[in-house]
Amino acid sequence: MKTILSTKKETMRDALSKTILRLSEEDENVYVLDGDLATSTKVDIVANENPEKFLQMGIAEQNMMSVASGLATTGLQPWAFTFAAFLSKRAIDQIQVQIAQPNLNVKMVGGYSGLLTGLTGKTHQSLEDIAIFRTLANMVVLAPADSTEVEKVMEFAHQYDGPVYIRLARDAYPVIFSDDYQFELGKAVTLKEGSDVTIISTGTQTSRSLEAAEKLESEGISVAVVHMPSIKPLDKEAIVKAAESTGAIVTAEEHSIIGGLGSAVAETLVEEKPVPMVRVGVRDRNAESGPNEAMLQKYEISSDYVAAAVKKVLKKK
Amino acid sequence: MSELLLEERKDLLTKKSIEARKLVVQTVHHAGAGHIGGPMSAIDVLTNLYFNEMNISTEDPNGEDRDRFVLSKGHSAIGLYPVLALRGYFPIEELKTFDAINSRLQAHPDMTILPGLDMSTGSLGQGISAAVGMALGAKLQNKNFRTYCMIGDGESQEGQVWEAADVASKYNLDNLVVILDNNKIQQFGWDAGNQTREIPAFNPKARWEAFGWYVIEIDGHHHEAITNAFSEARNVTGKPTMIIANTVKGKGVSFMENTHNWHSRVPTDEELRQAIQELETEV
Repeated sequence: MKTILSTKKETMRDALSKTILRLSEEDENVYVLDGDLATSTKVDIVANENPEKFLQMGIAEQNMMSVASGLATTGLQPWAFTFAAFLSKRAIDQIQVQIAQPNLNVKMVGGYSGLLTGLTGKTHQSLEDIAIFRTLANMVVLAPADSTEVEKVMEFAHQYDGPVYIRLARDAYPVIFSDDYQFELGKAVTLKEGSDVTIISTGTQTSRSLEAAEKLESEGISVAVVHMPSIKPLDKEAIVKAAESTGAIVTAEEHSIIGGLGSAVAETLVEEKPVPMVRVGVRDRNAESGPNEAMLQKYEISSDYVAAAVKKVLKKK
Repeated sequence: MSELLLEERKDLLTKKSIEARKLVVQTVHHAGAGHIGGPMSAIDVLTNLYFNEMNISTEDPNGEDRDRFVLSKGHSAIGLYPVLALRGYFPIEELKTFDAINSRLQAHPDMTILPGLDMSTGSLGQGISAAVGMALGAKLQNKNFRTYCMIGDGESQEGQVWEAADVASKYNLDNLVVILDNNKIQQFGWDAGNQTREIPAFNPKARWEAFGWYVIEIDGHHHEAITNAFSEARNVTGKPTMIIANTVKGKGVSFMENTHNWHSRVPTDEELRQAIQELETEV
């Protein structure tokens, strides 16, 4: 059912593009709202092939999210697409007051999340969106790991009645899941078994975590990899189980170490099953624009850093 | 274009407005908190909407084809609640729960708990965009309901208002009517040396026209003018309508009128007595 790190790479954007076009064709209530980034997020496919379902809201994210709220009250299912940075920081008051609190059926897709945003740097990177979105009551927060999972979480969001935030990345990532993969809200996915340490990862860091785990295996360290596509609701049971079975946890996310997956996992461990833990993420720093590999190294989130975190946590056991 | 209101209708609206104003002052006095100036300036338009203009049913507050109203200036909730109660959405007695714990009458409107509210508001500049979404939703689904929204003049300092104005214009939302409660006084204002603390040159008519809206300017305390403006808006095609309702902050109580001091002050027992007396002599 699952294939681990194939050499085949696909972008989340291409999967998104195909899926939203299909949803907009299949469901008369699905509408796309664009903050004039359709050629980046690749929802331009809807503008081109199903134009009556495409609503251009212009470069005005706050208004876009409030309009989405109004549309949802009339029975439509608006999908708003822009960059994660603008959703989570520019329009968050609108999202809180008019979408999360009234629990309206609005889907929010944040493209270009994390650190690797195509040489755009500090204003377009999004290292805070998980932290921000997961504090909103009623909000579902999802971060798929590959193109297959993008399609699956979008299909889930389409069926789900309520606000959903989906965190996506810009570039191509190894395909992890096969087509028969079933996404389940609030459920972790064990991608690799192991006995010494569990890496709990989300989004783009899942493929880097698998890479790290395979490297460590050759050094004789047995590492489990648990992918968390659903950051909220969070699979607390899986976290506790991982703590019990391996006795040490590393978290990995392309996000600040403050408030993201690492924090969510730590909150669960501290309350339920304290074990040694190390978080991999951007460590309370402002980032910059630069090539992907250089960024991953400088901001200490590459697979080498995930592997180093595993070794570090083993010493705490 | 304009039709004369039947005298009877006008009398009813005037009476309802006075009742609503009394309830505003009584509720704020009872709760020991709340806004007064803005709700009092908004009352006549709100009363006209709920007792005259809008196609609504208290039996079916969520009916798909009902007209919508969004109070974008959400801090005037205590102006809207008495009107909703008088219209029959909930018992008038419930106004006494305003601002209390577990109340459906939140300081700022919460659509999830109170029937008759079409949007949660309170953070300024957002309600008008939601109203744009509702009007757009009606167009996309070929529905005939109309969407009404009230904004404040102070609220118009929020940039989002103008983002909404742009999009409403782009989508030719002639099923959308926004009313500007132009009472010209805000909480603290811009010029401490100026008695009335007026905002800088605002000129809403020119601004809204520049954004491609059909603009009507009226006395916002005159039911015939309000009714005529709503009728005129129904005949507008291809563009949204802005009704600039020139109003008096604190309208109806002499010592509350035209002063920022009553933006959110609570009346003393004596002030309450005077206010009710003044409002009753208006009948």
